[in-house]
Amino acid sequence: MAILMLLMNKAMAGSFMPTQGTEISKQVDNLYGFLLVVSFISCVILIGGMIYFALKYKRKTANDKTAYITHDTRLEVLWSVIPLIIFLFVFGWGWVIYHDMRTMPKDALEINVSGKQWAWTVEYKNGVKSTEVVVPVNKDVKLVLSSEDVIHSFYIPSFRIKQDAVPGRYQAIWFKAEKLGEFHVFCTEYCGTSHSAMITKLKVVSQEDFDKWLVSESEIGTLPLAQRGAKYFQTRACASCHNVDNPAAKIGPTLYQRWGKEVANADGSKVAFDENHVRESIMLPQSQIAAGFPSPSPMPSFQGQLSESELAAIIEYIKGLN
Amino acid sequence: MGHSSGKNYINEEPGLLSWFTSLDHKRIALLYFVSVMTFFLVGGIMALLLRLELFAPNTTANVGQVLKNGDIYNQVLTYHGAIMVFMVIIPGIPAILGNFFLPLQIGAKDVAFPRLNLASWYVFMLGACLAIGTFFSTKIDTGWTFYTPYSIRTGSAVVMMVVAAFIMGMSSILTGLNFIVTVHKLRAPGMSMFRMPLFTWAIYSTAILQVLATPILGITLLLLVMERTFGVGIFDPKLGGDPVLFQHFFWFYSHPAVYIMILPAMGVVSELITTYSKKTIFGYTAIAYSSIGIAAVSFFVWGHHMFVSGQSEIAGIIFSFLTMLVGVPTAIKMFNWLATLYKGSIEFTASMLYALGFLFLFAIGGVTGIMLAVTAIDVHFHDTYFVVAHFHYVMVGGTLMAIMGGFYHWFPKMFGKMYNETTAIISWVFIFVGFNVTFFPQFILGAKGMPRRYFDYIPEYEQLNKISTVGSWLIAVGFLFGLYTIIRGLTSGEKAPDNPWGSKTLEWQTSSPPIMHNFDHDPVVTAGPYEYK
Ligand code: HEC
Ligand code: HEM
Ligand SMILES: [Cu+2]
Ligand SMILES: [Cu+2]
Repeated sequence: MAILMLLMNKAMAGSFMPTQGTEISKQVDNLYGFLLVVSFISCVILIGGMIYFALKYKRKTANDKTAYITHDTRLEVLWSVIPLIIFLFVFGWGWVIYHDMRTMPKDALEINVSGKQWAWTVEYKNGVKSTEVVVPVNKDVKLVLSSEDVIHSFYIPSFRIKQDAVPGRYQAIWFKAEKLGEFHVFCTEYCGTSHSAMITKLKVVSQEDFDKWLVSESEIGTLPLAQRGAKYFQTRACASCHNVDNPAAKIGPTLYQRWGKEVANADGSKVAFDENHVRESIMLPQSQIAAGFPSPSPMPSFQGQLSESELAAIIEYIKGLN
Repeated sequence: MGHSSGKNYINEEPGLLSWFTSLDHKRIALLYFVSVMTFFLVGGIMALLLRLELFAPNTTANVGQVLKNGDIYNQVLTYHGAIMVFMVIIPGIPAILGNFFLPLQIGAKDVAFPRLNLASWYVFMLGACLAIGTFFSTKIDTGWTFYTPYSIRTGSAVVMMVVAAFIMGMSSILTGLNFIVTVHKLRAPGMSMFRMPLFTWAIYSTAILQVLATPILGITLLLLVMERTFGVGIFDPKLGGDPVLFQHFFWFYSHPAVYIMILPAMGVVSELITTYSKKTIFGYTAIAYSSIGIAAVSFFVWGHHMFVSGQSEIAGIIFSFLTMLVGVPTAIKMFNWLATLYKGSIEFTASMLYALGFLFLFAIGGVTGIMLAVTAIDVHFHDTYFVVAHFHYVMVGGTLMAIMGGFYHWFPKMFGKMYNETTAIISWVFIFVGFNVTFFPQFILGAKGMPRRYFDYIPEYEQLNKISTVGSWLIAVGFLFGLYTIIRGLTSGEKAPDNPWGSKTLEWQTSSPPIMHNFDHDPVVTAGPYEYK
């Protein structure tokens, strides 16, 4: 019986849940599988019983005699106690796993993740910034979550974990990835216009590749200006709002083949798309709003967040989009 | 016991205007009926729009995009949720069926404070008008939960919407107060508390919840208004406030509110199942007490909405435990209804089909609720489509099914006419099948990780979303049949006898439709409500 249930667990849980990327996700699926089986049996009793009675005692004549049963203490105790036992059992089982999820391992690799409408910024201890989370396999990783504006929630379905990123405080989440590959990261706390586009990737790589990646990212300072700009354009999430290889608008206007042209503002004025315009658009987005976009501009100000040299790199990159 | 003069509450006072000044609980019930059904239509159209948008993912070429952008989707979502919760499901059963039948079931002439009763409707409509008014302002896009700090930063219409919800809450409190006093003071001679029908018991427990819980919502919403207008710094992290505190306040009301939505439905189902099984209810006392038990414990489980919000591990554990305890009385009720069917004489009217549909859907809603109460499982399911499926199973599959079933059941009494059973059953089939087609796939979507409140999704989720959208069309067809049935019944239904279903409760002892003062002679009660011997 127990073995049968275990097998059913495996079959059912596996088919409805995303890939299992961690040990904890396997434990969650086992519990979920158990819950599915018990729920299924309960529904068969309740719904099956209902259909059976309904058909068996279907009204035959208007004067059918019915039984007069007001209660039955034995039965009532039974159907109070059995559910209670099951509920407490799954509660306890859930507690054990939840405790694991919430107990931070020592000596974990710590990474800061900050949410902002509508992108995640991942920052490593050596200063490397990225929009994707890259982690080594088989190593405890602790993400320290924070938010710059509203509440977001960091959710990795394949790891069965999520945690809100709340402005004004830090909250941590940990995992130990066991599978190489790429996994989805969703934002699961409603955060406005592009909540559903606040998606990124979690890449699990070997320790070796991870170390290489970290070094190459930190050497970004030695790259040519335009290439550095391209990097920043990704890591500062400009790319989530601006297209660079086709003329379609996303949340913001495309930057493809705009350099040097004359562009229109929402108030009807015209302005040349040059260094100063780009600088002003990035540092003080509210000062001029491009025609066809809402006011106040959804673009956040990068004042105080981009250094002069980073700004110069981005401008060089935009220049090259022609 | 037909009334000789042919006068009843509908024709006794002529003219449209008389309806807006009437203090009669039955007429006020109908005022609520018309308003709530109108709101349901609006909320329903929004639901169809949401599902249409989700029919396909928005590819780069803008295929599959029905609504212009994410902002519009978020607004439609917010209005759908807020309308359905505050303007349909919460007032639905108490204000329509409760108003009409609570006094009748206990043999009273009216509610305790008829003027207050009419005032409640006006207050409700004022709130509703304000809520709809936001539509012509900046519109709201916070979701029906108004979470801070998003609700502090987004468009200014939030203040108006929150004031509207506050006002509708006032109406809910006044109605609750009225019912509590009515039950305590106006029962007919011989109608002891434990001879009251279970519907009355349910409305009574709900009224207690309304009076105790709704003020908390009121205070929370006022604090939010103060935060927005004066920046008092209670919820806004920029001013040193705590945004999560808002969630605690909000769910401290809104979890009990879940029972404000479902307890009356359970009351209706108890009436339907005894009547159409012609059998006394199994475990009357257990059902009555479990309503009160649910009402009490429901105040201490709010944290199950916040397992991943950053509340401490120990808080999470305690809330999970208490939630399991509320599960028990709910399970007891399910088994009681099942046992009532045993050796009954079951008649498949539309109302009974709705009651059986309720048992079916609520069983699924219930077991998935237990899953969500398990901490480790909820971490994965929280804010995914699994939750969307779960609450639709309990709110639509539970409460809405009960409203429909109760409405057909009492239709002959309310209007003195019969509806057409065949079209009513066709309507039920479409709604029941459509409901499962719409919402069952959402459990799987949630398990696979699709978050809720998403305007767009990754291609992997496309198939299940398509099925779900097709289901929503079936539901729409079902409701059109329902509307047709009601209109046909009203315009050309046969004259209804006083007690077409052979029920034992008091409302069936007077004429259909009842006279203005409900009973010719004050009834004297000598037995319990379900003496089918
Ligand atoms: C949240 C979305 C968003 C992000 C992130 C964002 N922008 Fe924008 N951006 C916009 C919108 C919307 C506009 C148009 C309104 C305006 O002019 O402010 C805009 C305008 C611009 C313009 C002016 C375009 C014109 O035609 O006048 C430039 C240049 C620009 N952004 C560059 C950037 C860069 C560089 C970054 C990253 C550092 C960035 N944006 C990040 C949304 C965004
Ligand atoms: C009386 C009936 C209903 C009630 C009480 C109800 C209630 C709700 C609530 C409270 C929400 C959450 C809103 C939010 O997340 O802020 C919601 C969302 C939604 N409902 Fe309903 N609903 C009802 C009927 C329906 C029907 C019939 C459909 C489909 C045909 C539907 C489709 C949806 C959809 C698609 C969402 C969006 C989910 C998301 O993106 O998170 N609803 N509903
Ligand atoms: Cu989000
Ligand atoms: Cu709750």
